[in-house]
Amino acid sequence: MDESSTRVGTIAAMPVDIDIAKVARLARLALSDEELEMYGAQLGDILEHAERVQALPTEGVAPTSHPLPMVNAFREDVARESLEPASFLSEAPDVKDGQFRVPRILG
Amino acid sequence: MSGWEAVIGIETHVELSTHSKMFCSCAVDVAGPPNSACCPVCLALPGALPVPNEKAIEGIIKIGLALECTINESSLFYRKNYFYPDLPKNYQISQYTFPVCEGGKLDIDVDGTTMTVGITRVHMEEDTGKSTHIGGGGGRIHDADHTLLDFNRAGVPLVEIVTEPDIRSAAEARAYGAEIQRIVFALGVSDAKLEAGSMRFDVNVSVRPVGDEVLGTRTETKNVNSLRAVQRAIEYEIDRQINVLETGGKVIQETRHWNEDTGVTISMRIKEESEDYRYFQDPDLLPLETSAEWREEIRRGLPELPAARRARFIDAGTDAVTAGLLVDDSDLSTLFEDAVASGASGRAVGIWLTGEVVAYSRRTGTPIPDTSLTAPHLGELTGMVDEGKLSFSAAKEVLIAVMDGEGTPGDVAEAKDLFQVSDSGAIESAVESVLAENPDAVNKIRSGETKPLGFLVGQVMRQMGGRADPKVVHSLLRKRTGA
Amino acid sequence: MGDLADLTILDAGDGLRAGDFSSADLLEAVTRRAAVTEAHLHAYLTLDHEGAAQAAEAADASFAKGEDRGLLQGIPIALKDNMCTRGIETTASSRILDGWKPPYDATVVTRLREAGAVITGKTNLDEFAMGSSTENSAYGPTRNPWNTDKVPGGSSGGSAVTTAVGSAFGSLGSDTGGSVRQPAALTGVVGMKPTYGIVSRYGLIAFASSLDQIGPFSRSVADSVAMLDVISGFDPRDATSINAPVPNFGGSLDRGVAGLKIGVVTEFMGEGIDPHVITATRAMADRLAGAGAEVVEATLPSVEYALSAYYLIAPAECSSNLARFDGIRFGHRTQVEGTTEEMMAHTRAEGFGPEVIRRILLGTYALSAGYYDAFYGQAQKVRTLVRNDFTAAYGHVDVLISPTTPTTAFSVGEKAADPIAMYYSDLCTIPSNLAGDPAISVPIGLDDAGLPVGFQVMAPSLGEEVMYQVAAEVERLAGFTERALLATSTVVAP
Ligand SMILES: [Mg+2]
Ligand SMILES: [Zn+2]
Repeated sequence: MDESSTRVGTIAAMPVDIDIAKVARLARLALSDEELEMYGAQLGDILEHAERVQALPTEGVAPTSHPLPMVNAFREDVARESLEPASFLSEAPDVKDGQFRVPRILG
Repeated sequence: MSGWEAVIGIETHVELSTHSKMFCSCAVDVAGPPNSACCPVCLALPGALPVPNEKAIEGIIKIGLALECTINESSLFYRKNYFYPDLPKNYQISQYTFPVCEGGKLDIDVDGTTMTVGITRVHMEEDTGKSTHIGGGGGRIHDADHTLLDFNRAGVPLVEIVTEPDIRSAAEARAYGAEIQRIVFALGVSDAKLEAGSMRFDVNVSVRPVGDEVLGTRTETKNVNSLRAVQRAIEYEIDRQINVLETGGKVIQETRHWNEDTGVTISMRIKEESEDYRYFQDPDLLPLETSAEWREEIRRGLPELPAARRARFIDAGTDAVTAGLLVDDSDLSTLFEDAVASGASGRAVGIWLTGEVVAYSRRTGTPIPDTSLTAPHLGELTGMVDEGKLSFSAAKEVLIAVMDGEGTPGDVAEAKDLFQVSDSGAIESAVESVLAENPDAVNKIRSGETKPLGFLVGQVMRQMGGRADPKVVHSLLRKRTGA
Repeated sequence: MGDLADLTILDAGDGLRAGDFSSADLLEAVTRRAAVTEAHLHAYLTLDHEGAAQAAEAADASFAKGEDRGLLQGIPIALKDNMCTRGIETTASSRILDGWKPPYDATVVTRLREAGAVITGKTNLDEFAMGSSTENSAYGPTRNPWNTDKVPGGSSGGSAVTTAVGSAFGSLGSDTGGSVRQPAALTGVVGMKPTYGIVSRYGLIAFASSLDQIGPFSRSVADSVAMLDVISGFDPRDATSINAPVPNFGGSLDRGVAGLKIGVVTEFMGEGIDPHVITATRAMADRLAGAGAEVVEATLPSVEYALSAYYLIAPAECSSNLARFDGIRFGHRTQVEGTTEEMMAHTRAEGFGPEVIRRILLGTYALSAGYYDAFYGQAQKVRTLVRNDFTAAYGHVDVLISPTTPTTAFSVGEKAADPIAMYYSDLCTIPSNLAGDPAISVPIGLDDAGLPVGFQVMAPSLGEEVMYQVAAEVERLAGFTERALLATSTVVAP
């Protein structure tokens, strides 16, 4: 299947301007310069495509965050037993004195 | 700071004292062994989902109503995305647009004048875990070599109260903080213990030339964990900013950290780029709707608020300062209310409670409810003073004995023989005897000196074992010496 | 037939209840099947031999005592490896969760255990369910049993394959944009995505919370109903779970389609869809008409934007959902020395595969200051329009039908280098996720290359009963039985 047949209704889109290094910092991903370049280019492609959503007039349209119109799911204020700490501390990369240990924090 | 005006806004975080956490059923038990009150939800294990605690929602609605806010019919939970090791999900469930409460106000009393602080919003969120910084010089983050994380506090319900920038001085800020503390305590939604971290303040401060409309650049100071610190940190920050501006510098918009030991605020970090929290509605949580019936039910259940109670105590005869002291202490308030209800003088009971009763409790380290003092005791004691049966100093002695558990004020006064002697014959004979023993003093008085009169009064009182009415003694002595 | 592993769940249940064989026999059959197929297909990541044997023994003991907890008692079922199983490795096919043993069971796992099902193990997926081919797995791809040069679809490719080849009687997948229906179509089994909120997501490692829904793979429509009956229902641990009694999903299975109005989605019967797939779909639509349904054209004008909206909404949610993978409380931590901030960033860059990183970056960008309104905000409005389209369509039809996928199974590696081409695999399935509606894929035949074609039936929210009613008729009309031949002759060495 060639591109023109797969991409339903593709419209010409504007190139998207992305500060990919900043996005990677926000997402806490330590990427190399080559990786940044590669992802930056791919994101550009995807976003140009995604920009199609902007072609649809949505004046006065309410956004949908939830597929179903439900409200108010609550829990009663009752304390129940927590996990045995050993059951999750054993899965942690670094533990000391029953606590999770991390290196120096920049702050 | 002449020529400058400070503009201050305060964000107050209040931990609610629910049984369970905000989004899971772990106990709110921050004092337990590390990580003993944790589950997949509050540890943010893969796959876990949050479900809101209904009691916490009621708690924030109570706070909102007490602060005269509009309680939104529909409000939304958002995710505030930022990476930090004490934040297990690396996002905090909080609110953004449509918080539970918006647009309230709080009247506060500052040095006898009432001012109003606007409340922008009150929103629901969750607390972070606790970090302990190990190594280096004493628990500070910057020279630590590693950090230990305890998530017992992670997910404890947290209410954030945000003011308008209506506050103009450190003293006003402190008064605001104190009043918020009183309110959340009175509502029973939080233990409101600043020292335990269940209430914390962030203060936003900027300065501008008096008369300017435009706001100056503000700083946000965190880690302000006592009312005294609120005052000191703001005073420091106002001075610092004025200094910067007067020496031709510019205030930088930044987050600063209050250091209680050194009494200064320090810049937390110079950020290369501003925070971008990427707020979006939390898809794991449904909109929160508050029906008119629910809001009304909560409103009906609200207890009396400190301001109303203070006004009532003033009506009962106390002055504003005493009323404030009484309202701030629930034990004193209860004793006051009960004593006044049974007919005692509000003015007198207020003075005794905030004076001798508090002094006794402090001196002996005994909480007031652990003493033997009751409201009827207070009524009886103040009654006896009013009727002139007890001198003020005798009444003090009686009170102490009552608090020690020696009996009712009447019994104690009787047993200690402290009732005032109103029999003028007994006083007269004591006067005669003192005059006879002190001819020099009598002569001095007769030659016009007044000082020895006081000495003679004291001598008579001593002979009477303190039980004579000093006014009667005084007048008899004057009559007899011609003073 | 001849091999127990090829039975449907319902037939196996009949045999168990008749005493023809035991649950242990069923487990042995699927284990034997897996021993042969796994080398070719790599559907499983973990086989829990011990736990499964215990569960089978317990089920047999229950039967012996006359205890019957329903249609799944004693039936070997496989789970996609993004559902938490206490004490059993759960990786979501990611290096960042390598070796992680959850301290808790997902609600669906609890439900299966309580129903007496036998959990065979954990199946391969595209890392964190992000993908449409099961190639994005840190543990290597799963292959399509119909042709091992082809992908099985994804992200629930492993689960689809276990059910297709008989290394499980049925399996659970998760469907965020088609991740159950698309691999079901590509492997020739029934795959169903329930109404959002019917099946608890508690313990499902989240990809995109407002779209994710767990659904069953099965070899028959009736088996699908049996599985959904067990896993559905209100869960107080999931705030988005529907707090109401579940409908009678299977109430109309035998009713046929006479009197129903069925809409063929115009937008999925033209450009972008393989002509062979269109032909097969049209033929089935005609047969439904022949069976008494009124078949009409139906249009969903906004669906051409659905794919774009989906690829903003899903990455945005995933960028936040996957923030918790930071090397502190579980999973992989980098060996790179440095501050905690550096530790997190290296852990994440090492632990996540390229597709996951791509989507985290995309979502982070779409939510960031200055871009939110143009991307995420606008996508949510498009989502509203898509829902409105469905609502309008269901105003005059009972169900909608379409191909499940634009093409039959594609080759391994074919779309790996072109993310957008890969995203197009979910063109026909994504709209139901955006709307929160139920949809099912039923196999209706093979194409010229001998690869299965899937047929999708969509229904309004909580419309599972009518959806299954139509699906059952499609199944009868298609008479698709090749699946069993495959398992015994093509892949399995004689
Ligand atoms: Mg906050
Ligand atoms: Zn918890």
